[in-house]
Amino acid sequence: MNITELTVHELQEKLKNKELTITQINEAYIKQIKEKEPEVQAFITDLTEAAINQSKEIQARLDNGEELGNLAGIPIGIKDNICTKGVKTTCASKMLENFVAPYDATVMNKVNAEEMISLGKLNMDEFAMGSSTENSYFKKTKNPWDLSRVPGGSSGGSAAAVAANMLPWALGTDTGGSIRQPASLCGIVGLKPTYGLVSRYGVVAYASSLDQVGVLTKDVQDCAMLLNVIAGYDEMDSTSVDVGEKDYTQALQKDIKGLKIGVPKEFYGEGINEEVKVSLETAIAKYKEMGAEVEEFSLDIAQYALAAYYIIACAEASSNLGRYDGIRYTYRSPEAQTLKDVFKKSRSEAFGSEVKRRIILGTYVLSSGYYDAYYKKAQQVRTLVMNEFSKAFEKYDVLITPVSPTTAFKIGEKSTNPMEMYLADICTVSINVAGLPGMSIPCGIDSQGLPIGMQLIGKKFSEETLIKAAYAYEQETNFREKYKPTFKGGVQ
Amino acid sequence: MAREDYEVVMGLEVHAELSTKTKIFCSCPTTFGAEPNTQVCPICMAMPGVLPKLNEKVVEYAVKAGLATNCEISRDSKNDRKNYFYPDTPRAYQISQYDKPLCEHGYIEIETTQGTKKIGITRIHIEDDAAKLDHDNFGGGALIDINRAGVPLIEIVSEADFRSAEEVDAYLKKLKSILEYVEVSDCKMQEGSFRADVNISVRKKGETKFGTRTETKNMNSFRSITRLINYEAERQIDVIENGGVITQETLRWDEVSGKTFSMRDKENAQDYRYFPEPDLVAIKLSDEYIENIRKSLPEMPESRKQRYLNDYKLSEKDAGIITASKHLSDLFEKASEICGNHKAVNNWIISDISRILNENEMDPVEIPFDAEQLAKLVMLIDKGTISSSIGKKVLEELFENPKDPEDIIKEKGWIQISDEGAIKEVVVKIIEANPQSVADFKAGKDRALGFLVGQAMKETKGKANPQMLNKMFAEELKK
Amino acid sequence: MQVSKEEILHIADLAELELEENEIENYIVNLQDILNFANIVNNAPVEGVNITIGASESKNVFRKDEKKVFDNIEGLLQNAPEQDRHMFKIPKVLN
Repeated sequence: MNITELTVHELQEKLKNKELTITQINEAYIKQIKEKEPEVQAFITDLTEAAINQSKEIQARLDNGEELGNLAGIPIGIKDNICTKGVKTTCASKMLENFVAPYDATVMNKVNAEEMISLGKLNMDEFAMGSSTENSYFKKTKNPWDLSRVPGGSSGGSAAAVAANMLPWALGTDTGGSIRQPASLCGIVGLKPTYGLVSRYGVVAYASSLDQVGVLTKDVQDCAMLLNVIAGYDEMDSTSVDVGEKDYTQALQKDIKGLKIGVPKEFYGEGINEEVKVSLETAIAKYKEMGAEVEEFSLDIAQYALAAYYIIACAEASSNLGRYDGIRYTYRSPEAQTLKDVFKKSRSEAFGSEVKRRIILGTYVLSSGYYDAYYKKAQQVRTLVMNEFSKAFEKYDVLITPVSPTTAFKIGEKSTNPMEMYLADICTVSINVAGLPGMSIPCGIDSQGLPIGMQLIGKKFSEETLIKAAYAYEQETNFREKYKPTFKGGVQ
Repeated sequence: MAREDYEVVMGLEVHAELSTKTKIFCSCPTTFGAEPNTQVCPICMAMPGVLPKLNEKVVEYAVKAGLATNCEISRDSKNDRKNYFYPDTPRAYQISQYDKPLCEHGYIEIETTQGTKKIGITRIHIEDDAAKLDHDNFGGGALIDINRAGVPLIEIVSEADFRSAEEVDAYLKKLKSILEYVEVSDCKMQEGSFRADVNISVRKKGETKFGTRTETKNMNSFRSITRLINYEAERQIDVIENGGVITQETLRWDEVSGKTFSMRDKENAQDYRYFPEPDLVAIKLSDEYIENIRKSLPEMPESRKQRYLNDYKLSEKDAGIITASKHLSDLFEKASEICGNHKAVNNWIISDISRILNENEMDPVEIPFDAEQLAKLVMLIDKGTISSSIGKKVLEELFENPKDPEDIIKEKGWIQISDEGAIKEVVVKIIEANPQSVADFKAGKDRALGFLVGQAMKETKGKANPQMLNKMFAEELKK
Repeated sequence: MQVSKEEILHIADLAELELEENEIENYIVNLQDILNFANIVNNAPVEGVNITIGASESKNVFRKDEKKVFDNIEGLLQNAPEQDRHMFKIPKVLN
């Protein structure tokens, strides 16, 4: 048995039957990290040393017959834009290279309450700005299916680490596709919950009205289990919504007869790779087979949503990133003589070019004279997008679209042309703009052996419906059994 | 052209710190003068990942202030980000209100030598105060204390309705007293919890459009504001008279030189890039909510004044002075109730207490003694335990180190001599010592009696009971 | 809209960014590209459509006025590049 290939619910089974111990599990993952991390480069901060003792301590308590939660001692990884008390939170930026948060994010309080063991802080695009994790100040994470390719982003470290079995699951954040796209490119499950379902307190803000914490897991059941942990109202977050206690594992049912699925044809237009289309069509056919009612319809908002997304996201980012000023906890330029220097030199030296680019765009669209033409229009488009989706959900329970127009691309392939990179977010951003839940699950492999993801979209707070639809398809198709990352191009 | 041909036009932006227990967006205490960076948390420190949460009392207090200044309260309001880099602004944006302030279209009536005038209030909005920046004597550097960052403020923006320093002064005092009455701010100016940005421009009389204005920020003394207005108006007129033009700019008032200076390096034509705060949600106030606050408003200065005129028969002037300050007014009512002699209490407040406040540039809220102690003083005089001249000394003492007046006069040995024998002794002594005066008196010069009584008072250090002295002298001199 | 060099420098100044000569050209091109694309929003059918501020539809979310003292105040200063007497130190502000 290869421990690190198991899902968390499989590990729980083995723990229950005393086939495994917490220490064994953690040691197995730590060993896998030692082996694969040099190739994959998914971690910014390695916490495995502390993890060994934590796992022994928890095992000891279990041996003393102490009753612990059924996730106690289970390893997890945390995207490095989620604040962890006493441990560096860098956002993959030189700006926060040595920043140690004095407090825990609300989601970390929840993870810690379960006594899960964090094996590390994971790589990402700087301040979550990017779709390839190439914008990290520290390292470029590789895709376990082909080490010459990107894992996607911005939660590329989280996706790659789970795909490479260095972690059973991980937390990520999604502002425009940052969980779903890397999950898709790495052949795992990713969920971006409804805006307001998971607290943003302690999650370093990129775009406040779009950011949401979510999960990256090996299968849908783990996805439901980890969502149970992080979801819930938080008084620290004014935009947090109280939908009451929910057990998302209740939604793990195979029967989807009568499920109404909408297929917005504009999401399958030009720019979407043929193999991706074919794979999606096959998946949709499978849903029909399983008794779902599938219908194609028109939802012509993707282009507007993408434009509105970049205006709103960058505008909010230009403001959110103002606090990194070289005064209280960030990098300060050694050259700084005057106050102006402290601001300008520190920010210019410590922000990467993509971050600067978005700050400049955001500052521009908010500046006097352009506000109405861009920001205000974008906010109207936002209403339009929401209305169009609401109409769609009067008819359908779930919408199915591609996640990414292509499978994983080569490192460096798009990093020269920002616009090209932005356009690749076409399928994912409208979900954030509307604040809806979106899920990515693997649905196939292209001719180069790279995973293809399918996106399931639901109405606000309909995570159960998404989980049910995803679970049924997963049980039917069993992607994980058929395909595994090959670490192609790695040292054999 | 002559000075008289110009008129000064002014508008005010007053910032008042609200007296809530905690900050506007986090649960840190707001106590003034705490050790640097001890009343802070990740939120007011603008750490990565933190989120603001609006203090309900801040909304309530702002609405109170709005109702007390005849404003319309918005049913639909929100918070906006005002973006700018300055070391006293940890987030690099202030959370304020842009196009939907909580209160709008109000006014205040002021009394000046020119009579009554309505001053328009454009808006009142809520926002957070900035951190404290210590520019001085730190080896060329500056030090930042975040304690004040996030203390709740209301900004009260007036129309450009002021035409004289006197009007500005009257408005500020009236506004201050209103905020004290509704108990939303302690308005301690020397602590900066009530401060004004003064916009000043001049124009030729008869001119309909405004001249270019200058703005002087954070003025926190009535005297300085009057000085500022007089200086700045003169300066602008000089510039124009000498063919120059006024540049719109932010000025700094220098108390020592009594001059204004340009603050170039700071706000050079700022572009604040306001946009709606995405970390907070809409504020939608119901009529019921607003009505409940309206009902909760305390009695305002005007109606108290009327009451004093009717019930206590105070003079228009006295009632005005006392009700101008909630603290004085409360002191008057409580002390009068305890000692039952509101005439005496009124006299103490109008004469000696006001005098001492002026001499020491003190605000009534800084009066160290309480109503009970003042009442006790009045009663001691009424009972004849001390003379009113001793009373004045007791009052001085109450300002120095306040305690029960009875203890004061015991310790100081100020109790009045009302013992027949003791008084007679003194009288005889004075008569023997002043044969000339005695002769004058007998020759019919009544003034001589006053002199003798005065001598006796001196002899007894003012402690002799004046009525008894007079009586005793009259008797002795008849002999 | 055409982005000029002056504009990009003004924007950079507002954002407290210092751009190298070679960067400037680059950012002008990028910004121009993105703006050209973003202009799509101006063709969107949004006549009379209200603006949406956030994805959250809730209102009147308030905090009680109750003190909570943060338990790790030293942690708030531990990352400071320069401090003095428990305060953050910066170069002189007013010349």
